[in-house]
Formats: sequence, structure tokens, C-alpha cells
Amino acid sequence: MRTVAIHAVPEEQLTHVTFDATMEERISELLTHYPTRRAALLPVLWLCQERYGWIAPGVIEAVAARLGESPAFVQGVVTFYTMFYTSPPARYVLQVCKTLSCAVCGGRELLEHLKARLGIDLGERTQDGTFQLIGVQCLGACGSAPVIQINDDYYENLTIEQLDALVDELSQGKEA
Amino acid sequence: MEPVLLRARGVPNSRHIDTYLAAGGYEGLKKALTMDPEAVTKEVLDSELRGRGGAGFPTGRKWTFVPKEHPGPKYLICNADESEPGTFKDREIIEYDPHLLIEGIAIASYAIRANTAYIYIRGEFVRWARILETAIAEARQRDILGASVMGSNYRLDVWVHRGAGAYICGEETSLIESLEGKRGFPRLKPPFPAVVGVFGKPTVVNNVETLACVPSILTRGAAWFASIGRPRNTGPKLYCVSGHVRRPGVYELPMGVTFREIIEEHCGGIRDGHTLKAFFPGGSSAPVMTPDQIDVKADFDACAEAGSMLGSGGVIVLDDSVDMVEAAANLAHFYAHESCGQCTPCREGSDWAMDILDRILEGHGRPEDPATLLRICQYASQGMTICPLGDAFALPISSIVKKFPYEFERHIAAATPRPPKKLPVLPWAGPRPGFDGQ
Ligand SMILES: Cc1cc2nc3c(=O)[nH]c(=O)nc-3n(C[C@H](O)[C@H](O)[C@H](O)COP(=O)(O)O)c2cc1C
Ligand code: SF4
Ligand code: FES
Repeated sequence: MRTVAIHAVPEEQLTHVTFDATMEERISELLTHYPTRRAALLPVLWLCQERYGWIAPGVIEAVAARLGESPAFVQGVVTFYTMFYTSPPARYVLQVCKTLSCAVCGGRELLEHLKARLGIDLGERTQDGTFQLIGVQCLGACGSAPVIQINDDYYENLTIEQLDALVDELSQGKEA
Repeated sequence: MEPVLLRARGVPNSRHIDTYLAAGGYEGLKKALTMDPEAVTKEVLDSELRGRGGAGFPTGRKWTFVPKEHPGPKYLICNADESEPGTFKDREIIEYDPHLLIEGIAIASYAIRANTAYIYIRGEFVRWARILETAIAEARQRDILGASVMGSNYRLDVWVHRGAGAYICGEETSLIESLEGKRGFPRLKPPFPAVVGVFGKPTVVNNVETLACVPSILTRGAAWFASIGRPRNTGPKLYCVSGHVRRPGVYELPMGVTFREIIEEHCGGIRDGHTLKAFFPGGSSAPVMTPDQIDVKADFDACAEAGSMLGSGGVIVLDDSVDMVEAAANLAHFYAHESCGQCTPCREGSDWAMDILDRILEGHGRPEDPATLLRICQYASQGMTICPLGDAFALPISSIVKKFPYEFERHIAAATPRPPKKLPVLPWAGPRPGFDGQ
């Protein structure tokens, strides 16, 4: 599997966002799926997060303007959902499942190991901006606990050794 | 039982439409299109199929609630949020047999006369959203979806819509709000979605597994489906088993096998050197069951009679290494995190329960804690909240308190009073020594 690194566009470059032709085309296509413009909000936010790495305030304004909503409304939606990054994420976001099946099947140990190895706590990131560690709730893959999601990819039935190898690869800049 | 829902698991290239067609795929849809929509609904009604999303509501009945003479558009939503802890079956269907789901969606849409269907899939399932998009594109290309479904004059568009990380969006009215582009706040019912659903139009919300049952009901007939299991609890069922069994995973078994068969035969029993302590029969929101209940049938009615629920069929198995207070605290954290915050008993109750359970685990339990927990749970259930997440949090926690009182007593007997804790008070309030803030 190749986990693609996140390249978060710095906030200074996102103060005035204008969608380019590709983005515009994709947004127009998305709008055909729904009878209202508002319904395209989540898909458009996903598109933006793919493109810019996160949902900066400037992105919120651009999305609001494009869909005819107020920035406050869009921000309200963005903050309701846990998967939209409202600050620039690290290149690899390690999302460790903390819920019951994972917790009792090695998830707790994985989490402790990651904290020790990376020297960071939940919610923190490494200084070089390579890793960010977050605890998440059930990922819907409990039969293959413990489960970690890294960016868009699932890693299941992970042992500490496999996790170490993975972290090694990712930190060497290889896209594992 | 030969597999129906997991027929494609292990078949090479099973996701491709040609593989699906070669195995007799889309025959159910072809047949449905020659029938009246009402006749299709009747067939599903007769099969006694009940929803696999959690509530076990009869699927055919739900479809009949859609007002037939409604002039405007109607919608079908496939619930692929798969957010209930312990549940991982819908992903299996999508991974191996996306066209089975699409065929079910097409038949259901035809039965309720919807021309648009959405698959609402949890945001984390990026890979599976892509699989669905590819399959939909294949089906469009073959004119199985689109302006003229299999050469009929019926039009159907299917779109994949990704959520963005919220358990509550699995609840159907929250899902609808989310699909409309809003925060996922559940709506008060009635009106029910079948009458006023997404975009204010009649909408049926069905789970992935429910819809995946539909094609074979059409091809093999309602009587065949109803012959599996027992009356009111029919058909094949996907059981997701996680936790301390030797072989966790998704098992397709006839509805009504016992938990003993599931856990001991199919999953190889509890891992070495340990014994069964407790299991959740239907996801983490179901009241916990104990080893003496292992011979209960894993179907809707038997689980209800046993004081729990089949829910989504997510069997979470815990062995004797688990501290049940820790298990309760783990779940309390989940629900406190996922409560949308609209209703006080759910928002405050889940937080409060979490704090008490954490405090007990930190060694500062108090004799009155179990009773307080039960009271909190009581107020969060019993229809005091807008959506059933209140019950989803209250039932498992109160059941743990009731069934494992000695585990709480053990912690509490060894407890010391919590040292006065400095609250993160407002900066100008200064320290408040001696104040035991909770
Ligand atoms: C808190 C909560 C979470 C739910 N999560 C899901 C889910 O992830 N997937 C699902 O299909 N149904 C879920 N449901 C049930 C849905 O509200 C709805 O009943 C179901 O999708 C209907 O489909 P069915 O009739 O096919 O079972 C949830 C319900 C509640 C109260
Ligand atoms: S019960 Fe909980 S999740 Fe449901 S609407 Fe009320 S606060 Fe929200
Ligand atoms: S508990 Fe970790 S994936 Fe479900």
C-alpha cells in the first residue's frame, strides 16, 4: 500500500483562495448530484482538503461564497465533523483506534508504544512535522484489531514490530 | 448454509461487473423491472426481511410508508456509515461485492419509485467509497444505471456521499441532515423520513446489508428467504465478531444460530488460557450479556427476550482479563465524544458517567457511584432524548453496572478519597482550596 503524504498548504497562501479550472469543474460536477447547493458542502470540503491539505479560514470563505452560504455556517459544519483539519496537519496523521475491541486487543499497547517512540502525546506532532498522533473512535474494522488509519489508509492486525517498520519507512520519506 | 451475502469473498476479481454478471448478477433487478413496484415491495414484505442497521424494522413495511401518490421526487439512502462499535460487515460486502449492493439499491429505489439514491458512507472509508464509485461507473456504462435502467423506462442515478467522522451520522435523521450539508443533528420524529426525509421529500434509509439481501429475495423468492431462520427472524445474517476470540471476523450464518455456535464453533472459542466473561450481542449499544446466556439465539426476538438486542450483529467478546469498569469507561468515552449535544440527558449524562467511571478507575470511587450511574442512565433513556443515542449510551453502561456490581465494589472498597483538585478556574477567580470539583 502507498500511503500518500499530506502536503498542507501554508496559511499565508490560503488567505484569498480562488478555485482553479480543475476545482471549478469538479465542483460543478458535484453540484449535479444534489437538488440544493448546500448539499454539496461536504463533498466540496473534501475536495478542498484533498487539494490544500486542510480547511483554512480562507478556504471556508471561498467555499461559502461558491455555495452561497455564510462563512459562519460553513465553519459550523466544518467544526462538527472530526475529519476536517482546521489547522495544517503533519505529513502523516497516525489515527489510533481507542474503542473497546481495539483497546482490549493490543490497541492500548500500540498507542503507548507510539507515544514513547515518537516522544509525543495524543494530539501532538513531531517537531519535524512528519507525524501527528491522534486517538480516534471505532474505525469499523474491529475484527482486525488493533487498527490504525494513516492519512487515508487502514492498517489492520498491526503488531508493534510491523508498526515500527512502517514508522521507519514513513520517516525516511519513503511513501510506504 | 451456502453464502449469499459473502458469496463473492475469495472469488478472484469479484468486484468487477463481468464477474458479477457471470454469476447471475442483476437478474433480480431485471425481474423486478418486469413487476409492479408494489409487487416488489410485497415480495420483500413476505420474506420478512428486517433491517440490519440496528433497529430490525421490517424492510417491506418501511417501503410501504412512502406515500405512493406523492408528486415530487423520492429518495433512497443506503446507510453505509458503519459507525456502531463492533460492526464491520458492510465494508465486507463493499470490498468483495459492490454490485450486489448496487443491485439491491436499484431494486429498492424502483420499489419506492425513487430516481435518485445516495450511498452515505463514513468518511474514513476512503478506499471503499472509491470501490463503490468504480462499480457505479461500470453499471452506468452498461446501462444498468442511468437514464434507462436495463432498457426499461425507469431512470436511476446513484451517488456516493462521504461523511466526515461522526458516529451520530449513522442515525437516519442525522444522516439526512448531514447529506443536506448541515451539522448532523438528529431530527425529532415524527415526521418519519419515509414521509418527510432528505430535501423534505419521502425517503427510505436502509442499511447496506439489508439492501444486499434484496436481490436474492427477488431471484429465489420470498419463501426461500423466509425458510432460513424462523418466523420474523429470517434470512442470512452477517455476524461481526471481535475481541478475545481465536478467529475474529465476519461470518455469514443463518439467522438464529446461538452465540455458542458463533463464538465456540465458528470463531474457535476464547483465546488460550482465558474464559468468556461477557459479550455484547449487537454492537456496543446493546446491553451486555453474560456466559450463562451463551445459548441464546442470535436473532432479533431472542436477543430482545434475553433483555438485549441483536442490533447490528456486532458481537464483541470479552474474556476474563477485562475489567468491566474499564470497559464501561471506554464506552462512556465513546458516547461522550459522539453525543451531538442537543439533549441535556445525553450530552451531560454521557460526560458525567465518563467522569465517574474515570474517577473510579483512578482509585477514587465512592459507594454511591453505581447508583448515580444507574440514575444518569435512566434519565438518558426512556424516550427522554431526540434520538436513540441516549439509550445507546445508557443501556450498555447500566447493564454493566447491574451485571458486574462486584467489579465496581472491588474498586470502590480499595478507593481513597480524591485529593482536592484544582479546577481550571477562570483566571481571575484564584485557587479554591478544598473544593472537590467534579
Ligand atoms: C446512534 C445511532 C447510530 C446508528 N448507526 C448506524 C449505522 O452506522 N449504520 C446503519 O445502517 N444504521 C445505523 N443506525 C440505524 C439507523 O438509524 C437506521 O435505523 C437504519 O439505517 C435503517 O436501516 P435498516 O432498516 O435497513 O436497518 C444508527 C442508529 C443510531 C440511533
Ligand atoms: S440523544 Fe444525544 S445524540 Fe441524540 S440528539 Fe440528543 S444529544 Fe444528540
Ligand atoms: S474498535 Fe477499533 S476499529 Fe472498531
